[in-house]
Amino acid sequence: MTEAAARTTYREAMREALREALARDPRVFLMGEDVGRYGGCFAVSRGLLEEFGPERVRDTPLSESAFVGAGIGAALGGMRPIVEIMTVNFSLLALDQIVNNAATLLHMSGGQLNVPLVIRMTTGAGRQLAAQHSHSLEGWYAHVPGLRIVAPATLDDARGMLWTALQDPDPVLIFEHGSLYGMEGELSGGGAAVDIERAAVRRAGRDVTLVTYGGTLGKTLEAAATLASDGIEAEVIDLRSLRPLDAETVLASVRRTHRAVVVDEGWRSGSLAAEVCARIAEQAFYELDAPPARVCSAEVPMPYARHLEEAALPQAAGVVAAVREVMGRRG
Amino acid sequence: MKPNAEPISLEPAHALELLRGMLRIRRFEEACAELYAAQKIRGFLHLYIGEEAAAVGVVQALTGEDAVVATYREHGHALARGVPAGAIMAEMYGRLEGTSRGRGGSMHLFSAAQRFYGGNAIVGGGLPLAVGLALADHLQRHRRVTACFFGEGAVAEGEFHESLNLAALWELPVLFCCENNLYAMGTALARSESETDLCLKAASYEIPAWPVDAMDVLAVEDAARRAALAIRGGDGPVFLELQTYRFRAHSMYDPQLYRTKEEVEAWKARDPIPAFAKRLRALGLLADADEERLEREVAEEVAAAVAFAEAGTFEPVADLERFVYSERTS
Repeated sequence: MTEAAARTTYREAMREALREALARDPRVFLMGEDVGRYGGCFAVSRGLLEEFGPERVRDTPLSESAFVGAGIGAALGGMRPIVEIMTVNFSLLALDQIVNNAATLLHMSGGQLNVPLVIRMTTGAGRQLAAQHSHSLEGWYAHVPGLRIVAPATLDDARGMLWTALQDPDPVLIFEHGSLYGMEGELSGGGAAVDIERAAVRRAGRDVTLVTYGGTLGKTLEAAATLASDGIEAEVIDLRSLRPLDAETVLASVRRTHRAVVVDEGWRSGSLAAEVCARIAEQAFYELDAPPARVCSAEVPMPYARHLEEAALPQAAGVVAAVREVMGRRG
Repeated sequence: MKPNAEPISLEPAHALELLRGMLRIRRFEEACAELYAAQKIRGFLHLYIGEEAAAVGVVQALTGEDAVVATYREHGHALARGVPAGAIMAEMYGRLEGTSRGRGGSMHLFSAAQRFYGGNAIVGGGLPLAVGLALADHLQRHRRVTACFFGEGAVAEGEFHESLNLAALWELPVLFCCENNLYAMGTALARSESETDLCLKAASYEIPAWPVDAMDVLAVEDAARRAALAIRGGDGPVFLELQTYRFRAHSMYDPQLYRTKEEVEAWKARDPIPAFAKRLRALGLLADADEERLEREVAEEVAAAVAFAEAGTFEPVADLERFVYSERTS
């Protein structure tokens, strides 16, 4: 009975996090497209309108720039808004507000105006939604000083990151990979708030460090299991926070394993994976037994057809192959 | 249709304050232009000269609790709002004592104490912020107004339409102050808009919209007071089209090929400062001695602002990365 009660999904964990935030802090409100009557495009906010009312669960017009900017303004005005952008693809329509306002106001005002805003959005591919609904652009956002970028990849992080993000005095963007909402399991932390600073070792290993985050954590763990049956013990690091990047956890692992493969659903050129590899090369070059490797998405707009999409995305088999390469074992 | 506001007091003290308010901006910015030529001020410098009646008129309707969001042509709004002239000038000098520690310059004046939220240099980008500030007031049951200034060029941006719609839909307390100076940089309104009646655009979002002769400070004050009264009463946003004209270049390097000297001269003949002074003289509210005193006091304030900026220090380079994120006390 107790075990059954503890079982949850990523979606439900996120919903509980929203419910808790709305219940605990009267300054918190949720706004975005279809978060109310529709229940959220991914059903994350279902039931919250009925529970908290239309003042605090606000359906917006399809005006990403205005409602994200309004979130910034409301944060300046003393509220703790949670803005949901349906997907990262649509966040491009709000890029001006996120990059020119949310990220700059504190520094540009000489420290006067902090923006305690949380923006949630779905990211990633893998559901045959084609090029305009499959972007993984969290790496772009992680380029921008003034923003904090997190990517919950586990149930505990889906449940616990939001409250921590809301306590942050500065803008936090939460990227939820669209393939994770149905993920089932148990909360090990009982739903407690978690830090949004540190990377986490999801599997310990001595032979190679696999660095990933978000939607590719599952595939990377799958690859690690395959490698283990072949006698290669991979350590899997979930970055969790993409900005600031917890390079120390990555470097500490690489100094033990002497090999690194970075798995990132973003495009290879100018990617977050590129940044992680650069940090490793800059700070642990002489510890390496092989060049750092990357497994990223093919540099194409994401195609619709399943076989093409699968070919374009990082897969466990590709991670296994990349690891064998850096281990000097081919085939 | 317009709600009754308290009649504008044309008592001598108020009249002189309006005149002083416009004169401060004029003389301050004349000094800015000279200091730019002397390379004391760098970057972009967008002067408000000619448009002073708009900012001075609107702020009469605001209380200290209200908020102001402005554009990159915002020296006048900051001065009218009560941001100290010395801090503004020091900002343009890039000094630590400036409104933004010298990080923003002319285009990014901020003052949390005066609820002055910039200094926004992306055209249209301030409108969503104003909607959000008003949403915060609405949710916290504050009877405050957020005055949002923007030029007619912003009307072409999607953020204008998104913001007006959202403010009207949610009946938020925003006073949209569209300063129509006829040119978006060098592009005349008729060259960029299929519909040049700006009030019609606002009205299409069910927002009360009034054109105002913004070369007349009393007309602006009157309209702003009526608008603020309606907004505080919970009627949602109001849109003012403040019809005005920029006497100077768009920024500092602008040969002004897009308008004629005759047109500029015709508008200068309606200069809001001498026009208002003449009116006050006719009403017996302004004597030569008053005007001389005002000019002297304003000149002293501007000189003091320049001296403050000159004496300012530079933020240590070691602090470059401060305030990218908030500083934690723990």
